[in-house]
This record gives sequence, structure tokens and C-alpha cells, in this order.
Amino acid sequence: MLAVVGRDDVADLFETIPEKLRWSGPLDVQAAQSELEVERTLTALAARNENASQGGWFLGAGTYAHFVPSAVDALVSRAELTTSYTPYQAEISQGTLQTVFEWQTMLCALTGLEVANASMYDGASATAEAALMALRITRRQRVLVSDGLHPHTRQVLATYLDGLDITVDTLPLDPTGRTARAAVADDVACVIVQQPSFLGNVEDLGGFAEDVHAAGGLLVVKVGEALSLPLLRAPGDWGADIVCGEAQSFGVPMGFGGPHLGFLTGRMKHVRQMPGRLVGETLDARGKRGFVLTLSTREQHIRRERATSNICTNQGLCLTMATIYLALMGREGLREVAHQNLAKAEYAKQRIRETPGVELVFPGPTFNEFAVRVPDDAPQALARAREEGLVGGLDLAAAHGGLGPALLVCVTELAQRSEIDRLVSALAGAAR
Amino acid sequence: MSNATQGFAYEEALLFELSRPGRRGVDLPALDVPDVDAKQLLGEAFRAEPADLPQLSEVDVVRHFTRLSTWNAAVDLGLYPLGSCTMKYNPKINERVARLPGFAWAHPHSPAERVQGLLQLCHELERSLAEISGMDRVSLQPAAGAQGELAGIMMIRAYHEHRGERRHKVLIPDSAHGTNPASAALNGYDVVSVPSGSDGLLHPEAVEEVMADDVAALMITNPNTLGLFETHIGRICEIVHSGGGLVYGDGANLNALLGRGRPGDLGIDVMHFNLHKTFSTPHGGGGPGSGPVGVKSILEPFLPVPVVAQAEDGSLEWDEDRPLTIGRLHGNHGNVGMLVRAHAYILSLGPEGLRRCADMAVLNANYLLARLRGAFHVPYDGAVMHECVLSDRELAATGVTTLDVAKRLIDHGYHPPTIYFPLVVAGALMIEPTESESREGLDRFVETLLDIVREAHEEPEKVRSAPNRTRLARLDETRAARKPVLRWQPEDV
Amino acid sequence: MQEGRWAVAEYDIRAELRYSREDEWVRAEGDRVTVGVSDYAQQQLGDVVFVELPEVGRTVDAGEPFGVIESVKTVADLYAPVSGEVVEVNDVLAETPEAVNEDCYGDGWMIVIATSDASEVEALLDVEAYKQHIKERADQDH
Repeated sequence: MLAVVGRDDVADLFETIPEKLRWSGPLDVQAAQSELEVERTLTALAARNENASQGGWFLGAGTYAHFVPSAVDALVSRAELTTSYTPYQAEISQGTLQTVFEWQTMLCALTGLEVANASMYDGASATAEAALMALRITRRQRVLVSDGLHPHTRQVLATYLDGLDITVDTLPLDPTGRTARAAVADDVACVIVQQPSFLGNVEDLGGFAEDVHAAGGLLVVKVGEALSLPLLRAPGDWGADIVCGEAQSFGVPMGFGGPHLGFLTGRMKHVRQMPGRLVGETLDARGKRGFVLTLSTREQHIRRERATSNICTNQGLCLTMATIYLALMGREGLREVAHQNLAKAEYAKQRIRETPGVELVFPGPTFNEFAVRVPDDAPQALARAREEGLVGGLDLAAAHGGLGPALLVCVTELAQRSEIDRLVSALAGAAR
Repeated sequence: MSNATQGFAYEEALLFELSRPGRRGVDLPALDVPDVDAKQLLGEAFRAEPADLPQLSEVDVVRHFTRLSTWNAAVDLGLYPLGSCTMKYNPKINERVARLPGFAWAHPHSPAERVQGLLQLCHELERSLAEISGMDRVSLQPAAGAQGELAGIMMIRAYHEHRGERRHKVLIPDSAHGTNPASAALNGYDVVSVPSGSDGLLHPEAVEEVMADDVAALMITNPNTLGLFETHIGRICEIVHSGGGLVYGDGANLNALLGRGRPGDLGIDVMHFNLHKTFSTPHGGGGPGSGPVGVKSILEPFLPVPVVAQAEDGSLEWDEDRPLTIGRLHGNHGNVGMLVRAHAYILSLGPEGLRRCADMAVLNANYLLARLRGAFHVPYDGAVMHECVLSDRELAATGVTTLDVAKRLIDHGYHPPTIYFPLVVAGALMIEPTESESREGLDRFVETLLDIVREAHEEPEKVRSAPNRTRLARLDETRAARKPVLRWQPEDV
Repeated sequence: MQEGRWAVAEYDIRAELRYSREDEWVRAEGDRVTVGVSDYAQQQLGDVVFVELPEVGRTVDAGEPFGVIESVKTVADLYAPVSGEVVEVNDVLAETPEAVNEDCYGDGWMIVIATSDASEVEALLDVEAYKQHIKERADQDH
């Protein structure tokens, strides 16, 4: 091969790099390991991480432990799904394209909106992109954010908007932990509210969209837990204009926080302001139905500095996992698993109401997560849970210190009754 | 529509068309707590009707997605020479270790002391990437290359503002990926396009001409999208630096430099890595990727939070207390599953293996160019790095275009190269073979391309009507864009 | 845009119209100036899939973008060849953007501007000058 390219040595191929800039020494990285050694090294690292595979898991806060049917991983392990790329060449990418079209359809059904994109990085950046989309549509400079938004999402939003001369104001929570309604000024591009909120509270969003629309703004609903969608009134039905969030709960491993599956849905009239890839139906030259990437002129590879976003590679394989998960669960199964989350969380809440020493911080409806006040302090309560082999939840001190010693506890379909009983006792300290 | 029509070339309807009432693919344990009345609990927020999802059995679903998968080209099926995308082979050990429960089912909010293995992995991968690139610090948080670019641009802004300077412009060569100008604009910068020279390279004079005291940075891809090493990089960085600007390096083409050149030594101040390109994490039909961002020490204070830090007792922890940070860019810690795979890959290769990647990738690209020169026009000829760019100019008389050549390659079982990019070449075919291909594989690909050229002259219609051997013929993108149908709806609606 | 660009193209450039250097044509009738894009422009773009036009009543300055035209793979700004108020817009293009390809000088018209300065029309390219302009750009290509 060297002869064909007219070189004596492979090193000569790099002579266009000026000599003083060439790297000649060995890189100071670990020596090569065989496959077996790599497996041992990584297995040893994996063993040093607490994880949800052993059960007794009550930590959520945006990343959720749910049951994933075997078929999901079996299917996404197929090389045709794993080792393909963005479906630029439609004729040999119909598997990916039809999957995305099916995802778009199901996500529209779940969120009550008309158009869904082919994923964003995560729920946080999806929310930032939703805000940017609203700013473009309304050509305004102010965003109102409910304090019920996940604090990390709020931080990512601030990062994305920094440098753009945008004002971000907060809508505080009322004593029930729901967004306090206030008059919306006529310079507000959008109001962003999370449902269920970071603290787990389900809000009655009646009239919200009407208020925002009357001021000429848009309502953005960030879905706090995707698995609540089958049981909760669709954000689109509340009048939301843009719905965004994180769909990790649909069959994607928690994976220490990523890769997850950001999503964004909107109204057809705003489709040209949407970020991300879109798949559309069309016909081939012989009149058969097929699917293609479409409305690409919104995107960076064509519109460059005037694109609706800089996103290129997104979360394709996670989207595939979620599409398979939703297809397996289906209309009835998804509703049932959501219902089990609700029922088990309600059971836990009932036990807390009955147990001295612990109390629910807020009244009103929740889905699978809620705030609990503990008798002494949160780290000690969590330590007691750990002694029972349970991961008890998130200490709320950093995010909502004003609540006193409190935990955010998540109860999914994976939680068993005996684990819930032990958790409540451990948090209350009664087990001691 | 759901029956096999042609041997094993399946037709497969949409999930919604296959749906039959009452079917489901998963059963759940009986509820072990008292049942509840969801409507009563949720009040106004209760959803009266279930979302209209399909109803299918497990075998329905498994066959559906298995059949769909057979319609995809993939690296594991053959050469996938998509230029600038580095579609190299993805070793299977990476997949196995990423699925270990200690990685796959760890939680981002677990206290640091309970996830020391993951922090250790992040710490080691950061150090490997810093060493490979010649940068001082790395943040693993960005979820893809474009988010890494955004992080870099934000750090550049923070750096200038910290020095009390407001600069409004970012210089970007005309051959750059679209993400570069999009990322700069997303952070509020005006983009100034810098023309590349007739040799396809960026010249110091062109940069000098537009460099000014309101220029925050130059974004440069090296090797560039023509596959050429930007030889003047040293001088160009000097010009930008002496004007008070910084240089951003787009790491999309880092594969060509592994062990042979380090962006940090070239004068780059901040860059991103595409772990799904250079470091073999699978492309997944469009992600997830991972786009860590590396910086020289002058930009370290501005890195996104949190960063991995070593405590006094030697344990690792998350450091969020960094007053000059640009803030948080990801809801958690980035696409960690991809970090696990990339770490396994770097461990598998070691220092010699990494260099061998670059050597073989560059040799393969030069070999392809040598064998295809003549049959195709080479707009910017010379020694290339990891990819080469051809054009359809020699085919003008036949009426066959780059698009036709690409579609005809499909008939021969090849994923086409990147086409019509970079924009500075009309009718571009951008070919990146990667190091994964053997000489025999490359020869077969060359012969196929030469056959297509012959065919273009002798039977152009055959090329223009391709693909002919796929389940679907050429798809009508115009129709899709004029009347967008972006979801399935029942026919009676 | 690049597809087929090496082929020698024939363009329908009409003598009764004037042209901008950005490939818009104008037809002046009194102070009413009808604007569209030339056959050269529509051939370069390929199949037009979307046209974004201003609302009636907007004032435009010569040389200022008044809209956007998109094909599957490219997007281009539309520039006002003359200054004035937009008094008519071809709303049909929202549903049938293909009219720009099929009949760029007829059904594919875009807006009517009530011009405030008739001399701006005279300053535009005549048919020979526009043909020369097309040729020069073709020669510049690789």
C-alpha cells in the first residue's frame, strides 16, 4: 500500500505536519490491555458503584429506576441499530427512520401535541432549547421559570441563555409546593413549569396557558417524569405550546445520568422554529411509502449560523430503546405500570402519615415522588435506610434548604411492599 | 403489508397499523399494595383516556424491530466511509462492560463516596484525553461534539469577560462543519467566514485580514474537512493570540492525529473530542455521542461544573464550587455510558495502538486517493490525512452526479461517502475509510467506484435511477418537505 | 444546489423584465412592481419546498431581505430589488411552492411593491447585463 501512495514509511504520511509540531514520543497513557484484562479492569471499577440492580431503591430526582423488559436490550444490541449513523441516506436507513417516525407519533400521543423531534441530549438541554424556541417565536427577551423546575435544569437553562441578553425570572412556589400564579407581563416569551415538579407535586394547570397566551407568551411544560404521562392529563390538553423533558424512564438505563433521552414536542404552526432532526413520510420512485429526514433547512448543516440549534448527533439509540419499550408496554401496559407507581407511592405516603416522626411536606396529588420531613436530619435518615440495605432518596438540603430536614423519596413499580415498610420505619427512626 | 413479499426482504407496517386491541408485550406482577382510585387522587390532572399507543405482543414487537433493523446499513455490515464521521469498528468488549450494573444502573445523585469506581473512570479518561490532545484539563460533560463546541465558545466568552473585554466575532473558515457557526451564533456571536485558499488551506494572510480587537476566537478543524492538515496552524494561532483572541479546535478529525500530533502543541486553546468518532463508541443511528471539551490551563477556571477533584484523603469528589465556571451544561454528568466505552477502547489500544489507528487511517485514505485519482476530479490534490474529497466534475458529460454515484454505491452494498460537503467543493464526495478496513476491502470498494464511473459513461440511466436493489427506490425528499407528514394518524381523521 | 451544476444549463431570461444581482426579476407597471425569482435562481435552487413572504403593509428598502426561499437542501434570502410598501403577497405559494419551479415568471410571483422611487427599477440589470452576470458566476466555479 505504501508503494501505491509513493511512500517508504508510514511516518512520511504525516510530513504535512510541521516538524516541530509533530509528536514523536510515546503517549503517556496506560499500556495496552487484552480483552480479558480490560474486562477485569472495568469490572473492578463497576463493583465500586452503588446501583439499583439489587433493589431497595428510592432515589429518583429526575433519573428513575424502572423495569426494562428483556426485549429492549436484545433488540438495541443488534448491530444494524447500534453501528449505523444518522440516516442521511434514506434508502439504507429505513429501520432507523421508521423507528423515529414511530417515536414521533407516540410522543405526540403522550404529550398531546402535533410534532415531536428525533430527540435532544437530555431533559435539561431540551428545556433550554424549548426556551430558545419560544424566544425566537415571540421575539421577546424574558423567560419566567417556576421554582418547581429541577434545579439542574434551571442551571443548564441559565448556562444556555448566558450571553444572550435574556432575563430569567422565577415564579415561586406556594405553600402547597405548586407554582404560585401571578400576572404574566406582556414581555414574557414563555413560562416554564415542570409537571410533576422537582418536588414530585402534580399541578392543576387549568387556566395557566390561557393566562400566558393572553399576554402573548407561550407555555412550556417540562415533563418531570415521563412515566407520569400515561396517567396525567396531556400537557397539550392543558394548552401547552411546547413540551420538553426526559424520557429515560422509557426503557433507558439510569447509567449514572446518561446517555438519556431529551425530547421536545410542539405545535405544527411552530415546526420551522423547532430544533433537532425531524423524520417525515414520503413515497419512493415506485410509489411505496418510506421515510426521510425532512425540513432540514432549519438545521446547522444547511443554515449554519442561522440554524434553530447547533445540535447534530442526538440520542438516537436511546430513542430506539424508548420506542421499543413503548411498543412492548403498549396502551394498556404503560397505563398499568404508571398506575402501579402511583399506587405504591400512595401506599408509602399513607404509611408516612401513620408513622410518628415523619411527615409529608406538601398536601395534594403526586405521582411517584414526594418530599418527606424526617425527625432529625436527612443524612442520618439516609444512613439508617442504608443499614436496611435501602437507598432512601435525595437529601433536599442543597436544592430546597428551607424545607427543614427533608428527603425526596421516589417509589416506582420496582419497590416491594416490605421495602416500603422498612424504608418508612428507617426514616422515622422507629427501627432503632 | 406486514407479510414477507420477496424471500427475506420483508415489508413491515407501522406499529400502529399492526396494533390489535387487547394485546400487550409485557406483564407486571400483581400490585402488592392496596389499589387506588387514580382519578380521585389526581383530580383535574387525571388523564381520562389512555394515550393511543399500539397494542402488540412481545413477538410482534421483536419481529417488527428486527425486520426494521435489516433495512439499515451499519459498520458491522460493511464499509461505511462517511467522511468526517469516522465510522470505525466498535469493539464488542465496550458494549459488554458498559452494561455492567455498576455502570448501567448507577445513579447520578448517589453520594460521591458510593460511586468511586465511576469517578475513578472519569478521572482516568480525563487524563488520557488530556495526554492524547496536549490539553491541560478536560470536562466530560458535553453530550455530543456540538455541545462541546458550545461549552468551548462559552468558556471563551467567560475568559474575555473576566478580562473586562467584550468581543463579538468568531472567525470560521468556509470549509468548517455547520455546527461551528451554529454553536458560535447560539452563544450570541457574529460569525465571520474566512475563505480558504486555492490549495484548500487556511492562510495566515486571510486570518490577518479579518483579525481585529473585537474577535473572540477562531474555530478551526485540523485536519480540515478536505482531509488536509492545516500546515500554517502555528502562524495562524500566533496571529489570533497576538490579537487577543483564542483558538478553538474542532476535534472531529482527531483520529488522524492520534500519537502523531497533539492539538495542544499546535496552539489550540480549547477543543472538543467526539468519542463516537475517534474513540469507537457506536453511532447508534444518530447518537448518543459524547463531546468532552479540553482546555489549556488559562481556561480551566471556566470549565463547566461539576468537575472531578481529588480530596485530601485521596478519594474523588465532585467540585461545584468554582466561581468562574460557565455553569452546568448537562442535567447530570454527561453521556457516561459512552465514557465507559471510550475508556475501554483507550485501555485496549495503549499508546502504540492509538498511534497505529492514525497511521492506518491515514494510509487507507491516501491509498484510496491514489487509486481513484484520474477517475474522479480531485479539487484539492495533495497528501491527505484521514479522508479525501473527490468531485463529480469528470462525470459532467454523462449527466451523472455525486448523488447518483452515492445511490449506485448502495446497490453494491456500500454506505455512500458524505456528499455535497464540504461546501467549498461543488459535487463533493468525502470519503473516510478509517483504519478498520483491510487492503482487500479497499480494493473492492475502489473497483466498485471505477465500475460505476464506467457505467456512468456507458449506461448513465442505470446510475441515475439507483438504487435498484434496495427495498425502496429513491425517496422523494421534495414531497416530504412540501407537505410534511411527521406522525401517523388514523385514516378517518 | 450543486447537483448537475457541471451540465450546461439553458435559462429562460426574458427581455421584458429587469433583474437584481441576487436573481430577483421585476415587472414594473406604473408604481406597482411585481417581484419573483429568475429561472436561473429556481434552477440553481432545485425543487422549491417553502417560501416565506412578508405581510402586506411592510415597507422594504432595496437590497434588504424580504423573505426566504428553501429547497430540500438549501436556503436563500429573497432581497427587495426596489424600495416601497408591500401591497400584495402571493399567498398561494404557502400551499404550492412548486409554482416557483413550474412558472417562475407567472404563478410563481412573490410580492408586489408600491415603489417610492421608480428610478430604482431603471438601475436594475437589463436582460443582457443579467445574462452576463450569470455567465460570470459560472466561470468563477471550479
